[in-house]
Amino acid sequence: MQPAIHVSNLSKTYDSGFQALKNIDLEVRRGEIFALLGPNGAGKTTLISIICGLVNPSEGTVLADGHDIVNDYRAAREKIGLVPQELTTDAFETVWATVSFSRGLFGKPANPAHIEKVLKDLALWDKRHNRLITLSGGMKRRVLIAKALSHEPQILFLDEPTAGVDVELRRDMWEVVRLLRESGVTIILTTHYIEEAEEMADRIGVISRGEIILVEDKAELMHKLGRKQLTLHLQYPLERIPATLGAHDLALAEDGTELTYTYDTQEERTGITGLLGDLNAAGIDFKDLHTRQSSLEEIFVNLVRERQ
Amino acid sequence: MNLQAVRSIYTFEMARARRTLLQSVVSPVISTSLYFVVFGAAIGSRISHIEGISYGAFIVPGLIMLMLLTQSVSNASFAIFFPRFSGTIYELLSAPIAYYEIVIGYVGAAATKSIVLGLIILATAGFFVPLEIAHPLWMLAFLVLTAVTFSLLGFIIGIWADGFEKLQLVPLLIITPLTFLGGSFYSVDMLPPVWQTVTLFNPVVYLVSGFRWSFYGISDVSVTASLLMILVFLTLCLGLVAWIFKTGYRIKP
Ligand SMILES: Nc1ncnc2c1ncn2[C@@H]1O[C@H](COP(=O)(O)OP(=O)(O)OP(=O)(O)O)[C@@H](O)[C@H]1O
Ligand SMILES: [Mg+2]
Repeated sequence: MQPAIHVSNLSKTYDSGFQALKNIDLEVRRGEIFALLGPNGAGKTTLISIICGLVNPSEGTVLADGHDIVNDYRAAREKIGLVPQELTTDAFETVWATVSFSRGLFGKPANPAHIEKVLKDLALWDKRHNRLITLSGGMKRRVLIAKALSHEPQILFLDEPTAGVDVELRRDMWEVVRLLRESGVTIILTTHYIEEAEEMADRIGVISRGEIILVEDKAELMHKLGRKQLTLHLQYPLERIPATLGAHDLALAEDGTELTYTYDTQEERTGITGLLGDLNAAGIDFKDLHTRQSSLEEIFVNLVRERQ
Repeated sequence: MNLQAVRSIYTFEMARARRTLLQSVVSPVISTSLYFVVFGAAIGSRISHIEGISYGAFIVPGLIMLMLLTQSVSNASFAIFFPRFSGTIYELLSAPIAYYEIVIGYVGAAATKSIVLGLIILATAGFFVPLEIAHPLWMLAFLVLTAVTFSLLGFIIGIWADGFEKLQLVPLLIITPLTFLGGSFYSVDMLPPVWQTVTLFNPVVYLVSGFRWSFYGISDVSVTASLLMILVFLTLCLGLVAWIFKTGYRIKP
């Protein structure tokens, strides 16, 4: 089946000479929720902006639903809805007017019933006659989502949709996104929050300094992210790991004073109890221990390092 | 062609004008009336007729042109500058619209507003001075062509400007002086010979002259020259707009 988005060899160098994207290859499958994770300035917004027609690509091609975004932009853009990262709204318009305007802009005939449904789904129905300037930030964000959904897109880009949205609303928004996915819409979202990607995404792509450094199923990635390390500070240095402990995933520090055990928090059994029992049996004493989990930041850094 | 989108932009812009009806219609009408009171009645009564036309009537076409130019430029420049400034332009760029459709929507709305305004001012003038229009169709043609051309110019300024100062600077520093020196309030041959030649480099002279011809059958320069000048100007603006969108100048990084 044709992918929803097909990016090949895409590069972007801004006029300033800064290269924001480097040879990006990426496929987003039809009907999935794809989360694009990456630190500030990684190029997430740049990538989305190119696909949606806001920024000119320097090199490479993008197909949206099989249509080239440059040569066949009408067909490509009709399929796409975009919720930008920045909260940009026409301050003096009403919610209803601005959402209806968006639909018209995409060439669709007026359909009040659809707009009503979108506004209700996003809990904006009561606010439909309000001017945008009178709405809170979270409401404005939802108006932007409503605008993006007004023309019934098949592919939806959400650039940090939950930035500045409170926890409860965030859950509601996730629910809306899930419903959309069920109705067959492909969703690409960017986020800094690993929990958000974890909660929502089918697949996750990590972008750093303009390069896609990994694209993986969520389950796989969570497996990697879910790894923890237990470090034991030994009473007496060891020369090597005794054979009786060979069954455990252990590493010995160079000076022999620390044993590090790597385990998976997502598994039913972490194996810690067994390890401690075996250590006891081998007569290895330790004076202290601590555990640590790799943060998303560290994983980014490690991934980038691995690439270099 | 995405007609629906053009219509959306057009009606959106017209709705905006309706919301600001007071400032977009009432204020130009008041200021034009003031011109008539001051120039037409007070000073005009002491000025002899120009080519057989009372001074009050003589300045009507020039005044309408003055309003037409300034309003077209400010309407169109603001209409496109604002989405750029607020960021809502993202939606225009991401929609399945061709550039010329964006231009038709915005320039069409801006031109419509200034044409309506021009007609209102014309009607207002009727209260102060006896009006005659020798060539009504030509009058309309000049009105429409000028409104469209200068709305295009405004559109270009709105894209070029990177701040509110620049947005106001061009109309203030270029359009207004050119219009005042463009024969709105006098006939070119009332000037010293040197200035008559200099004046011929002012495009507004051709607009005012042609427009006045459509009223009274008198003109400073030939009507053909006037028409040609507008068309040249229109073509220039169209070319610039095409270039802007082709390169993404100041719209698309
Ligand atoms: N118009 C521009 N001109 C020059 N450089 C730009 C422009 N837009 C973005 N950049 C640069 O490109 C890089 C990527 O920016 P981008 O907005 O795509 O990052 P991002 O991943 O979306 O970051 P964030 O998480 O902060 O939103 C940044 O270093 C930014 O400074
Ligand atoms: Mg961003």
